[in-house]
Amino acid sequence: MKDRPIVPAVLLVIGTILASRLSPHFLDIHYLLDTSTLYAETGLMALAMTFVIISGNIDLSVGSNLVLTACLSAKLLAAGWGIPSVVVAACLMGTCFGAINGWLVAKLKLPSFLVTLGTMAIYRGIAQAMLGPASVKLPKAFTGLDQLLWFKIPVPFLIFLFATLVTGLILHRTVFGRWVFSIGTSERASTYSGLPVDRTKIIVFALSGLMCGIGALLIDSRLGVARHDLARGIELDVITVVVVGGAAITGGKGSTLGTVLALFLVMLVRTAMGVANVKAEYQLTVIGGLLILAVLAGNLGQLFNRRSAARR
Amino acid sequence: MNFQRKFALLLPILALVAAGCGKGSTETASSPEASGSPAATGEKVKVVFIPKNTGNPYFTQVAKGFESSAASLGIDFNTQAPATGDATSQLEVIKNQVQGGANVIVISANSPDALNEALDQAKEKGVEVITVDSDLTGNESHRDAAVLPTDFSKIGPAQLELLAKTMNYEGEFAILSATTDAPNQNAWIEGMKTAMKNPTYAKMKLVEIVYGDDEPQKSSTEAEGLLTKHPNLRGILSPTSVGLAATAQVLENSGLYPGGPKATGRPGIVLTGLSTPNQMKKAVAKGVVASFQLWDPADMGTIAAYLGAKKMKVKPGDTFEIPGKGKFTVGEKNVIYAGSLLTFDKTNIDKYDF
Repeated sequence: MKDRPIVPAVLLVIGTILASRLSPHFLDIHYLLDTSTLYAETGLMALAMTFVIISGNIDLSVGSNLVLTACLSAKLLAAGWGIPSVVVAACLMGTCFGAINGWLVAKLKLPSFLVTLGTMAIYRGIAQAMLGPASVKLPKAFTGLDQLLWFKIPVPFLIFLFATLVTGLILHRTVFGRWVFSIGTSERASTYSGLPVDRTKIIVFALSGLMCGIGALLIDSRLGVARHDLARGIELDVITVVVVGGAAITGGKGSTLGTVLALFLVMLVRTAMGVANVKAEYQLTVIGGLLILAVLAGNLGQLFNRRSAARR
Repeated sequence: MNFQRKFALLLPILALVAAGCGKGSTETASSPEASGSPAATGEKVKVVFIPKNTGNPYFTQVAKGFESSAASLGIDFNTQAPATGDATSQLEVIKNQVQGGANVIVISANSPDALNEALDQAKEKGVEVITVDSDLTGNESHRDAAVLPTDFSKIGPAQLELLAKTMNYEGEFAILSATTDAPNQNAWIEGMKTAMKNPTYAKMKLVEIVYGDDEPQKSSTEAEGLLTKHPNLRGILSPTSVGLAATAQVLENSGLYPGGPKATGRPGIVLTGLSTPNQMKKAVAKGVVASFQLWDPADMGTIAAYLGAKKMKVKPGDTFEIPGKGKFTVGEKNVIYAGSLLTFDKTNIDKYDF
């Protein structure tokens, strides 16, 4: 437990204080909770991406997987399937698309960057080929989950919190979680120690896919329509969140808590600037700066730790 | 070590506490309600314009229409573009603006239906929703009124006729559009296809439609692709200002425009489309583009600002007059047309400055 997400935590505090000074309309808990529904999909995918990145891999296909699953789910609902069966189908489809990535990475020994760069194009391409410029409307019974409150908290946010708890426990309190860290630290050492490296990788990518499946249901319900061009560029948001959260892109380092704090930070920064009418191009600059800052702070921290360890 | 871990957990809690304190103080400092409610006495109506994307001069011109009339109408005007040119990033802007206290949201929609839920939530909070330039076709109930540049059904045929005239009504041509789901672009392309059935255009052939996503780089790549894929190409039509500017640059570089260095012994490739005069002045002066069309986008801004400032609840058949602009009639589905198409060429382009 050497990786404490101090950096995102500190930035979150500074950000909240700055944000409340920037606009009088920002600090409104109902509004913040309502806005959280826009980030539920990003958050879910970031939780799984934490596993992927810690294992020394990357999954660029999450946005495309989300869109393809969202389009297929909408098609199934339009074809008259019941909501419970579509929920199960969406989770299975997402998991399956993720597992395909995992299989290609683990069994064919292809770099995950290239595999998922490919499936990123393929999955969105299939969605576009299937729907074209048209959109599929979702039945009224399926929409509006983001407006549904449970103890005043929007349901998508609760789903995210629940997923945080589950994935956090898996990553930090199970043998499987240790395997993920171990593979990311040294794949060769893990193989020689007899860890099921291939199976772990496939499961990690399948988990990433599962989150895309759940995210697909959320975005379908929130927008009421499915189209091939939704959530463009969301994969970069997801990766940004995980890296700002302190995960090392080279693997072996990262935490669920860090990812969650970083998600809140990105959400806070974007929302605060939006309410305060900061132009979109400046918002991008700030988010980019945040990413560099987080990576830099992480590296400085490591350097500092190494020095103090040497002194001891 | 243990302390540091606890510290990390504690910080967000501290932040929330700070947040709570901040709220108390700001609430007393600024009295107006968070959103929606019509402006209180003496309070200016807050109008926000949400364009499709950032850095598009076309929307800058729409914004100018708002800005020029904001002072006389007494509105508090502001433009807020989404980070990327798609519907999902406009959602976030809508939510932020409602929270920021906007009374009127004027939006150029990136999708005819993906914004429905968010716009309904804004309307529930008393925010007036007006679409400009790009309407929610088929989902008109999700906005209060639409201000459109000109009668859309006439743009497709008018553009085709302009292109046909410059290519002597014969040869292959291609279309370079914006995104695959931009409602107005698709409506115009449909209009062109329908007009193509007219025997006047029997010798013309539409060989391909490509999409540059209203991004200069992608548009250039697509335009270059057209030149290599279709050696017999005689004309390109780009009904979007970004696409037309990019294609003009590509044509100029290739030298294939009529009278260009590489167009010897052949008529050259003619280019036309929709754009603002300022963006095309160089291309027209060099002869790369002979003529093109547009309305004045600022007109839409002026009309939307007027509707917003007066908090007008229009219905089909209503008429209203804007001083200095003329009389306008509200058409079916609360659509208001701002004006008609102008054709710009060497003779008149210098008279316009936008």
